[in-house]
Amino acid sequence: MILIRAILALLLLGYCGTALAGDYTLVVARSPVTVDGNGHTALTINGQLPGPTLRFTEGEDVTLHVKNTLDELTSIHWHGFILPGDMDGVPGFNGFSGIAPGKTFTYHFTVKQSGTYWYHSHAGTQEQGGLYGSIIVTPKGGDIVKSDRDYIAVLSDFTAANPDRILTNLKADPGTYNFHKRTMVDFFRDIARDGLGNTLRDRLAWGAMRMDPTDLADVSGYTFLINGKSADDNWTGLFKAGEKVRLRLVNASSMTYFDVRIPGLKMIVIQADGRNVMPVPVDELRIAVAETYDVIVVPAQEKAYTIMAESMDRSGYARGTLAPHDGMTGEIPPLRPRTLLTMADMGMEGMAGMSIAGADMGGMPGMDMSHMDHMGHTTMSGDAKDEGPPRGWVDASTPAGLRALSYADLKSLTPQKDTRAPSREIIVRLGGTMERYIWTINGKSYADAEPIQLSYGERVKLTFVNETMMAHPMHLHGMFVQLLNGQPAERLPDKHVVNVPPGQSYSVLLTADAPGEWAFHCHLLYHMESGMMRKVVVARLAAGVTAPKAGG
Amino acid sequence: MDMEDPAMSMPPFHMVRVEGDWAHKDGVDLASWEVEASIGRDVNKFVLKSEGEVSDGVTHEAEVWGLYNREIAEFWDLQAGLRQDFAPVDTTFAVIGVEGLAPQFIETAAYAFVSHRGDVGARIEQSIDLPVTQRLIATPHLKADFWARDVPEYDAGAGLAMIETGLQLRYEITRKFAPYVDLNYQRGIGETAGRLRASGEDAGELTFRIGLRIWI
Repeated sequence: MILIRAILALLLLGYCGTALAGDYTLVVARSPVTVDGNGHTALTINGQLPGPTLRFTEGEDVTLHVKNTLDELTSIHWHGFILPGDMDGVPGFNGFSGIAPGKTFTYHFTVKQSGTYWYHSHAGTQEQGGLYGSIIVTPKGGDIVKSDRDYIAVLSDFTAANPDRILTNLKADPGTYNFHKRTMVDFFRDIARDGLGNTLRDRLAWGAMRMDPTDLADVSGYTFLINGKSADDNWTGLFKAGEKVRLRLVNASSMTYFDVRIPGLKMIVIQADGRNVMPVPVDELRIAVAETYDVIVVPAQEKAYTIMAESMDRSGYARGTLAPHDGMTGEIPPLRPRTLLTMADMGMEGMAGMSIAGADMGGMPGMDMSHMDHMGHTTMSGDAKDEGPPRGWVDASTPAGLRALSYADLKSLTPQKDTRAPSREIIVRLGGTMERYIWTINGKSYADAEPIQLSYGERVKLTFVNETMMAHPMHLHGMFVQLLNGQPAERLPDKHVVNVPPGQSYSVLLTADAPGEWAFHCHLLYHMESGMMRKVVVARLAAGVTAPKAGG
Repeated sequence: MDMEDPAMSMPPFHMVRVEGDWAHKDGVDLASWEVEASIGRDVNKFVLKSEGEVSDGVTHEAEVWGLYNREIAEFWDLQAGLRQDFAPVDTTFAVIGVEGLAPQFIETAAYAFVSHRGDVGARIEQSIDLPVTQRLIATPHLKADFWARDVPEYDAGAGLAMIETGLQLRYEITRKFAPYVDLNYQRGIGETAGRLRASGEDAGELTFRIGLRIWI
């Protein structure tokens, strides 16, 4: 009897041990949370904000039961995952209509990748309400980069305001959250510094376009969090001096770009969007909404180091600490100054920013080209970059001699399998009118637009042309794109989010190797909710016809 | 409800803005209001507007407008509907016009109307928000009324009949709650001035008003 029980137990153990098949339950609810010492009711997953970190293994068959206890529709999207279309979690795509109140939806897919990713709601503005969490996928043979400590750092923007209310407010008054507008005080100060003529010309130039150069971020009033903890709560990761610490940075915010640095520590970037890159040592990096970056730091001293994540508009910061013991804090550097957009960000600096291959230049909304001859380099004070106030979207006030990560630095660690040249180019114009808070792709809102059709297996070049003065983090579901960042074809990096700065063009390559309907949108939540989305349809060729095999 | 479109998953957007102020001039209590409300989505909206003035309990101006609003250009909307005046005299107008943002951020509205008595008129309104500080906003504003022919009910002569201009200074305690002061000058022009004087009123009136601007 005992023998039979033992054999049964061993068999059971063997079954669980060999079959990589994780079964996970996520309950979506409205629950009380404490953020920055204050009680709030937020949207949570398993009662937590952020939701629990999911840990998968590459090759694992995962089953995720998502139970909706809200009185509205919900959905969870697995950001950056290659999986069947009906498991992607976007209501209205691939026959998935979301998870109705009271219902449970079971996702089932095989994990075909490794790295740091995240998950979030794809229904309405729920992502802003707290429905987000991280995912760590361990590679089959273990991580190539060994580290002594491994920490997830989920960056997010928390607000007590009702997110639907935020969007209503933006529609009524798009500048409602902007407390850094140019005032009469600024006007007279600029006259004193640059002269009346230059200042008037500058104000009239922006006024002619009805655009505001202070429009860096649409929403303010956030509390910025690392792993759900505010700067005062001080999330802390422990280390022993000399250890290699891996920090998995995930930007799970709805609207915030963070400039991340750890004063005193160099960050070695080893992964971007979950994909291994040749290590790049940097002093700071700007992480766009929905991007992830894995960095290695080696704290040499037995002291506290501050993880400083300033919001790009300098309205606040998220702060964490790496320390030998709990309760230690490092020095928090003062917030660096906020930048001001320039005409170059509009792509108007001698047309240098407009490298558009074959695009139709006519009809760019809000851009009156006849004013270009009036554009002197007006409010730029001096050429020395670290002397004057910051100017232009890119300027994060990085001190001279320190290095900020750029897309050009990313180089795929594993050679790309598909190095074919693209067979065609698809222009993706990013547009919008701030005054109406309407955001568009190729001049149309999601509701008015036709899907973008791709043939299964084809290789295309997507060229983003940003006709607005805001940066947009563009995300395509279901497939990775390769940045055309100057690296050789087999070393182009994979990304699932591509940040396109204001006034810039940026091209990426895509192999359409995932059949189905895929969402393609700006990951700034309120932009997506205002129309900046498209459906991309990758259709299989007729039966019996196969796509050409990818070369090399 | 179309679940496919993220924009359609939200209810239509709404906005209501109310300004009410009070002045005391030459022993007379003056109160005025201005309301604008809208509901709809990006392209199509329904707009309700109202304005009026009461002096010493007597309403001498009261208008209510109901308009269908449609986006026609990047910064401009076409509006058409009805305007109902309850004071100085019950009058119903058909209205058509445009509202939008002119270059240099000048809020502009221009309307043409025809009353049930056959009077044809027009109105132009412009204003611009000039932040003095992040919460103290100076708003110069201008309104002009035109009539095609004399309108005795409105004490108005043909042509440019009345202009109202001024400088409002509001302090946004929150974006949605702002007390303000308004230095306001109203003047009848030409023929209208004569008619006003004949009715025993001043042709021009300068008032210092104190008010509250709220929106939800």
